Amino acid sequence: MSLDAKIRFELVSLFYGAFEALKQVNMTMAERQITALIGPSGCGKSTLLRTLNRMNDLIPGVRITGLVRVDGRNIYAPGTDVTTLRKRIGMVFQRPNPFPLSVRDNVSFGLRVAGLTSRADVEPILERSLRAAWLWDQVKDRLDQSALDLPLDQQQRLCIARLLAVEPDIILMDEPCSALDPIATGKVEDLMLELKKQYTIVIVTHNMQQAARISDVTGYMLLGDMIESGATAALFTNPQDRRTQDYLSGRYG
Amino acid sequence: MNLLSPKWTQRIAIGVLGAATLATLLVLLFIIVFVLEKGLRTISWSFLFTNPQDMGRAGGIFPTLVGTLLLPLLALAVAVPLGVGTAVYLTEYTREGRLTRIIRFGTDCLAGIPSIIFGLFGFIFFVTILKMGWCLLAGGLTLAIMILPTIIRTTEEAIRAVPYSYREVSFSLGATRWATVVKVVLPNALPGIVTGVMLGIGRCIGETAAVIFTAGSALRLPHSVFDSVRTMSVHFYILAREGVSAENAYGTAAVLILSILLLNVTTYWLMHRFIGRRA
Repeated sequence: MSLDAKIRFELVSLFYGAFEALKQVNMTMAERQITALIGPSGCGKSTLLRTLNRMNDLIPGVRITGLVRVDGRNIYAPGTDVTTLRKRIGMVFQRPNPFPLSVRDNVSFGLRVAGLTSRADVEPILERSLRAAWLWDQVKDRLDQSALDLPLDQQQRLCIARLLAVEPDIILMDEPCSALDPIATGKVEDLMLELKKQYTIVIVTHNMQQAARISDVTGYMLLGDMIESGATAALFTNPQDRRTQDYLSGRYG
Repeated sequence: MNLLSPKWTQRIAIGVLGAATLATLLVLLFIIVFVLEKGLRTISWSFLFTNPQDMGRAGGIFPTLVGTLLLPLLALAVAVPLGVGTAVYLTEYTREGRLTRIIRFGTDCLAGIPSIIFGLFGFIFFVTILKMGWCLLAGGLTLAIMILPTIIRTTEEAIRAVPYSYREVSFSLGATRWATVVKVVLPNALPGIVTGVMLGIGRCIGETAAVIFTAGSALRLPHSVFDSVRTMSVHFYILAREGVSAENAYGTAAVLILSILLLNVTTYWLMHRFIGRRA
């Protein structure tokens, strides 16, 4: 077992009722790297991502087998505190989804539900999180305005600031740029490269160029199977599996 | 074969729909103008704030004003926590299944029962079996049961209208289900919940049958929840039914209409302010 594996999937299978959405997936993800999951729609990449913060638990009829280890510990072991786990593993969703609250209340949401409410405690974290998401300069004068008035890419970076405020060490991103235009996408991608210095990032993307641009490791999934995973440059230039080759060259679906 | 060109069907449709709307508005306007026209001249400070004399033939309506304020307040104090709690449980804590369907069917049935039945139940259970007698408490509890289904259903709808993505984000930030309900779901469902509460208040204020059976119709100021009260609706009913004083009956009706108007305007104003601040 390599030492720097932050995340390790061991024979992970997941069932929605009788449907097997993940089939004995094995994969490791390294600390402070960006791991991209690619594959056609419905291949299970979002499902795999969501096993990490146990968001699949919310769906009725989900059953999971195998081990999902974060820092060596199985996060599905009985007695795991899911709320603590989710604070450690933040998530950015497909569409920017700020609450209909002010910028300030959005960023401090995770702190408030954790019981941290005094302004003196919240304020430094607020600024630090917004700075880390490259949003401070744009919003510092409008912290009390509705987050819904921000342009979409700022909303998405606000969502990133919101999760940074609870101090995670892993960030999951589920097609974070699919609602953004190319320029906004570029900004978010640059931000991801910056965040990588401190955080372990796992991103699901439909955009293969995006995976190629920003990720260190890429995994290609098809119908619930992890077909192939490895260093991004190697996977894109010299895929080992015929099916990966077909997908990358556009011969699949 | 089409007798009418699309242009003409369109015109006729607009005409019919417009006429329907106009008819509704006219009927409503007629009722309000009719009552106000007959009642407004009776209203004065002394009419509002003095005690009635000679069974309401003379004097004011102050005790009924107090009764109309207290009875719905008591009903809401009971029905809102119960109703909102039930709705939260049904939507956030259980999965759709046989049990939720049965509960929902039950509340729908309850909503359709005529108010006199609630009055009868309140009379038998609160007034007689629990020996409360005709009083504010018995009336308030009866009205609470009566408006409970409305509050449950409107709250449920309001909660369902809160986007699932809000809950998802909240969970992903490490919020528990309870924290999500309190900090995300309920604040965003508030306008809908308030609408339900308003409907409930309206039903309480307008109710006569269930109130006479349970809160009685004593024409004096209550000193505790165990005293009988008379609401404006009941007062109006008795004045008109027993031919005590048509003038004071219309005066009471006018006050009733104006207070409901005031209630609605204030609520919407407050809601706009509140939502304006939030979003």
